[in-house]
Amino acid sequence: MKLLVPVKRVVDYNVKVRVRADGSGVETSGVKMSMNPFDEIAVEEAVRLKEKGVASEIVAVSMGVAACAETLRTALAMGADRGILVETEVELQPLAVAKLLRAIVEKESPRMVILGKQAIDDDMNATGQMLAALLGWPQGTFASKLVIEGDQALVTREVDGGLETVSLTLPAIVTTDLRLNEPRYASLPNIMKARKKPIDILKPADLGVDPSPRLAVLNVAEPPRRQAGKKVASVAELVDKLKNEAKVI
Amino acid sequence: MTVLVILDHDSHGIKQPARSAVAAASQLGPVHVLVAGENIAAAAEAAARLPGVEKVIKADAPAYAHALAEPLAALLVALAPDYTHLLAAATASGKNVMPRVAALLDVQPISDVSAVVDADTFIRPIYAGNALATVKSRDAKKVITVRATGFDPVPADGGAAEIVPAPAVDGPTRARFVSAELSKSERPELTAARVVISGGRGMQSGENFHLLDTIADRLHAAVGASRAAVDAGFVPNDYQVGQTGKIVAPELYVAVGISGAIQHLAGMKDSKVIVAINKDEEAPIFQVADYGLVADLFKALPEFASELEKAS
Ligand SMILES: Cc1cc2nc3c(=O)[nH]c(=O)nc-3n(C[C@H](O)[C@H](O)[C@H](O)COP(=O)(O)OP(=O)(O)OC[C@H]3O[C@@H](n4cnc5c(N)ncnc54)[C@H](O)[C@@H]3O)c2cc1C
Ligand SMILES: Nc1ncnc2c1ncn2[C@@H]1O[C@H](COP(=O)(O)O)[C@@H](O)[C@H]1O
Repeated sequence: MKLLVPVKRVVDYNVKVRVRADGSGVETSGVKMSMNPFDEIAVEEAVRLKEKGVASEIVAVSMGVAACAETLRTALAMGADRGILVETEVELQPLAVAKLLRAIVEKESPRMVILGKQAIDDDMNATGQMLAALLGWPQGTFASKLVIEGDQALVTREVDGGLETVSLTLPAIVTTDLRLNEPRYASLPNIMKARKKPIDILKPADLGVDPSPRLAVLNVAEPPRRQAGKKVASVAELVDKLKNEAKVI
Repeated sequence: MTVLVILDHDSHGIKQPARSAVAAASQLGPVHVLVAGENIAAAAEAAARLPGVEKVIKADAPAYAHALAEPLAALLVALAPDYTHLLAAATASGKNVMPRVAALLDVQPISDVSAVVDADTFIRPIYAGNALATVKSRDAKKVITVRATGFDPVPADGGAAEIVPAPAVDGPTRARFVSAELSKSERPELTAARVVISGGRGMQSGENFHLLDTIADRLHAAVGASRAAVDAGFVPNDYQVGQTGKIVAPELYVAVGISGAIQHLAGMKDSKVIVAINKDEEAPIFQVADYGLVADLFKALPEFASELEKAS
């Protein structure tokens, strides 16, 4: 079966972002960009399914500025077969991404789309669920285990009280959680090979989608800062302070 | 301008994050709530007692037994025409269902709202809480998940709403519940506890978490963990506090053997008082801690337990 894996280019998770002084957003120029970590997990899962012979082809999709091609190259170096870049300067929000992905799904007919549960920049945690809704497909979100049995996907999900397993009739949507797998590093030969793998470039208009944002960002501000407090010298002093100064125990 | 809130519930009643979602909804307009599940008479009655709730819609059917997103979203879409705003707490269940509802209504959802500015405008954290975005929705209907730590929960009692049955709605059937493996604990829930004590990679093993348990028992605390501790298998996934785990803001948060990565801080930095116990005085956790103790946790924790015993 064919798998589709959407991968987002985001500010690297090690970067502590700075809010722009004019409140227009966070500073992204000159900042290290990487593939969203949950999407690396999605690519890894797809590659493992291919290695097991369950999947036949992996198509990675990234949407945004031209530099998203780099993110696609990373996916190709990890083992995806080809890439699709939907290029636009418009700030894409999950509804637009989900509509663009629906259009690609209609062209490509994958049996499963594996997304990250959450992009670590907008922290929306929405696109997979929205794509499932638009396609009328079942969804297995926050997956920590995925098993394909015939036309069923068994998805073990990380939920608030522990784990839950659902069975989805394919085609289906899966979103990844942290414990699904540990993504591989691409080897140098695979990075070289990835340069030759094809990437198709499309515009939102080619897919018949209006990508305009529905949420206007009026302002982006620094959160209130916590002051570092004091060091205590002993456990006895700590307990005394918690009891008599902070009065929380 | 009536608001519909979908409530998370269990055998004990309405969960605290859901009561925070009701508090957020009360800032927007009159509040109706949806309680969905199977054999949920008690939960519906608990919902009717929430102050500020005018009407409880009770959807009692096997299809809703496991809160699967597919049938729940179909039900919410059927109810949506009567409401300007649809809200849920940003719990695993709320995050699973609400974006699906939004897409079916052609709406961009607004996730993890921490403050309400007006009927169209909301504040939400982005980049692991390192920035706060004020966003204005252009959609006619708003679909929102609520960050519970941003809103004091309404009390569990005081209201007397009417309870009405939900319409029967045919939902999709391609998703099926198979099983659940829920962690059992006598402790308060992480997102509702007054005190949380969390362990990180420094704990070295799952057995060592009993050092935290002793203290948690004394303080009636919930026990949490960093991602590293969960990944290492010390504790189950539902212990994880952070950007991609649970968001907590207790009166007292004690971080033990946790370095204080951005992603962990995102889940606890709004706690009232933060204590850090770490042997590395350079650990970033000390930059947000009100009280920092530079010490070996294997020495400090038994002492902490005995000092608490003395103090009580
Ligand atoms: C996409 C993504 C999402 C993430 N989401 C989360 C999340 O939700 N929550 C989260 O917590 N992390 C999350 N992380 C992981 C995060 O980046 C850190 O890796 C993690 O928080 C580190 O956990 P830790 O502090 O326990 O471990 P470490 O960083 O290894 O720190 C261990 C600490 O223990 C101290 N220590 C060791 N031995 C002792 C001792 N005997 N006595 C006292 N102190 C001791 C050390 O000095 C050190 O400071 C995420 C990462 C990514 C990429
Ligand atoms: N611009 C994008 N390009 C490719 N994939 C995306 C994009 N935005 C979101 N996604 C996918 O949707 C997931 C969830 O994102 P979000 O709903 O924004 O938190 C991500 O982990 C990606 O798999």
